[in-house]
Amino acid sequence: MAEEFEPTIVAFLCKWCSSAGSDLAGVSRMEYPPNVVPITVMCSGSVSPLYIFSAFNRGADGVLISGCHPGDCHYIKGNYYARRRIALVKKLLEYIGLEPERFRMSWVSAAEGTKYTQIIKDFVKEIKPLGPQKKLRRNQ
Amino acid sequence: MKRTGVFICHCGISIAGTVDVKKVASELAKQKGVVHSEDYVYMCSDPGQNLIIKAIKEKKLDSVVVACCSPTLHETTFRNTSKSGGLNSFQCEIANIREQCSWVHKDMKKATEKAIKITKSTVERVRRNESLEPISIPVTRKALVIGGGIAGIQASLDLANSGFEVILVEKSPSIGGHMIQLSETFPTLDCSQCILTPKMVEVSKHPKIRLMTYSEVQDVSGYVGNFKVKILKKPTYVDADKCNLCDECTKACPIVVPNEFDIGLTGRRAIYIPFPQAIPASYTLDINACPGLLPIACGKCFDVCEAKAIDYDMKPKIIEEEVGAIIVASGFDLYDKQLMAEYGYGKYADVLDGLQFERLCSASGPTKGKILRPSDKKEPKEVVFIQCVGSRDPELHCPYCSKICCMYTAKHAMLYKHHVHDGQAYIFYIDIRSGGKGYEEFVKRAVEEDGVLYLRGKVSKVFEENGKVKVWGVDTLSGKDIEIDADMVVLAMAMRPSKGAEELAKKLKLAMDKDGFLAEAHPKLRPVESVTSGMFLAGAAQAPKDIPEAVAQASGAAAKAIAILSQERLFHAPTVAKVNLNLCTGCGMCVNVCPYDAISPKDGKVEVNEVLCEGCGTCSATCLRTAIQVKNLTPLQVHEMIRASLGG
Repeated sequence: MAEEFEPTIVAFLCKWCSSAGSDLAGVSRMEYPPNVVPITVMCSGSVSPLYIFSAFNRGADGVLISGCHPGDCHYIKGNYYARRRIALVKKLLEYIGLEPERFRMSWVSAAEGTKYTQIIKDFVKEIKPLGPQKKLRRNQ
Repeated sequence: MKRTGVFICHCGISIAGTVDVKKVASELAKQKGVVHSEDYVYMCSDPGQNLIIKAIKEKKLDSVVVACCSPTLHETTFRNTSKSGGLNSFQCEIANIREQCSWVHKDMKKATEKAIKITKSTVERVRRNESLEPISIPVTRKALVIGGGIAGIQASLDLANSGFEVILVEKSPSIGGHMIQLSETFPTLDCSQCILTPKMVEVSKHPKIRLMTYSEVQDVSGYVGNFKVKILKKPTYVDADKCNLCDECTKACPIVVPNEFDIGLTGRRAIYIPFPQAIPASYTLDINACPGLLPIACGKCFDVCEAKAIDYDMKPKIIEEEVGAIIVASGFDLYDKQLMAEYGYGKYADVLDGLQFERLCSASGPTKGKILRPSDKKEPKEVVFIQCVGSRDPELHCPYCSKICCMYTAKHAMLYKHHVHDGQAYIFYIDIRSGGKGYEEFVKRAVEEDGVLYLRGKVSKVFEENGKVKVWGVDTLSGKDIEIDADMVVLAMAMRPSKGAEELAKKLKLAMDKDGFLAEAHPKLRPVESVTSGMFLAGAAQAPKDIPEAVAQASGAAAKAIAILSQERLFHAPTVAKVNLNLCTGCGMCVNVCPYDAISPKDGKVEVNEVLCEGCGTCSATCLRTAIQVKNLTPLQVHEMIRASLGG
């Protein structure tokens, strides 16, 4: 039997909450699958839709965007902009035929190492049965 | 092409235990633009840092990536190291391969692959980093303290005694907060007035403190070192300088409303002084109670005032000030009594809250320090104290422990016994939490010397019958139902953030925790700082706490504020947004989304105020032409990071 498909996921984590939350998961020695490569950005509000498409174009099997909880944004309201923007991107991705499971947004505070761990576990588990993402992948 | 050096830390075995650091080093050495790649057991140690400095010089590196722990730990360390090597500190970036990799994975092969991706992605980032210098900004060497309770008073005095000007804003007519309402304080039983009033007088006389009572902060803008505040000074209709405290006005005033200072146990007039020792010592005309400011409506106080201190034409004033730091000490209020109907508070006159009982015990209180029950002014012979009223009740009320109630209830029972020697005090409790210097001994004293009866259990119902307040409860230690015919019941109500704290937090752009208390920047290591630079927290606004803790936190907040105010200039991170004027069409979408109002239209384009900009990048994601970009994390950099993260 062929080796189990291991998806590659790009996670955009905001510096103040979600990246700190994933640091906490590390400090607490929680374990989660190594499929996610984190990219720390200043705020979830700075994640341009182009980043999401860029990741899918370059062969990501899933993209996660994680920010501070609504109301808790380090930059006051950046995550609200992110939430609106991401809702639109999600619709667009579905419209062009990408499985909606491949794209996620989550709220992880600096205190939620456990939540971050769980999100990564669930995300990887959900993407595995879908197989490699080919819809948006460009030949490189 | 840049010449990048990559340094991989083993962190003992913290990283090397799960990540093949040698492989990371050899893979990175193949990366375009990497001219040096090495690993070392502890990169943050002195020899480790020297390796970096040596490589910068020998290999003529112009940028550095350190693959190690989270940047929150050692970004500053390695940026300083790079600077010592002769680089601009912004030419150093951290690849987090510990918290986000080695510590969360077990499979060495996969963890190594991930570490390589993370490090390569960071190399791609640093390759396009600009050299930047911190932005220098001047500091307004003056502080604003919001709230005139014990925390605000202490913070103001500490700041003023260190030589800085302070504006102390208090929303009620006098400073003193809740502490001035207390009779005695645990665990030493000193009289609250005796220890607080000298501090209040010191505040009012201090040349460096500008006291603004009956005032509220309306608006705060600006940034650390340079805040602009608008303060609304409500009219008291009494000129404090002319008023000679003769008290004739209150005698003439025909209106009686509940007295806030005695929590409704007594009444006050529409024109009043909150309490005789109030600071500032002056009267206030409560416009909501007064029949009208026209002499035709009433005018009795105006007529009797010989000093001509009453001025019906006084108008609200907006005062604008500039300050460098802000301390928020907005305090607490007790949990809303209407939410505690099961204990009959608000319905039965002899069911009191803790603060009302303080007033009953106080020598300056409505009964001049005699404990008499409000309904018939008789001495209560059996008093039931109930702890955790509204606290530690996640289903119905507040989930948290209000922290001070165990101690003040023990004190109440003790004070009651000191006043009524033949009386009996009962305390219903869940647990006794008496952590604090001398606290455990104090509770013991209540039990052993004053014969206070502690009953472990909750009260199910409180109701009036035959002139008594019946208390039904259960003693969970003996398993027996308890029924007490009490003369008076005192409820240790939960502490809530003060009314208006939420509105204040919004004005100051401060975060609140799930219970509505102001959120600190870090629960352990930054307990007095807010998430906003230059704003600090003190007292019960941050969490329930007792007087010593509030005072300690206030001094801590003052020290943090002084750390800012004592500088000539502050430095602001230069990783701010930058406009490419060739691409900008001046559509203004970025102007609208900026949380800091840092972007403004100019000559058909936009410009960024670098001091206001915090570099969040929301503008960049909004711009249709990526004409506005955050320095050192530009869209191009992110795209390259994405490529490297996906193994490209």
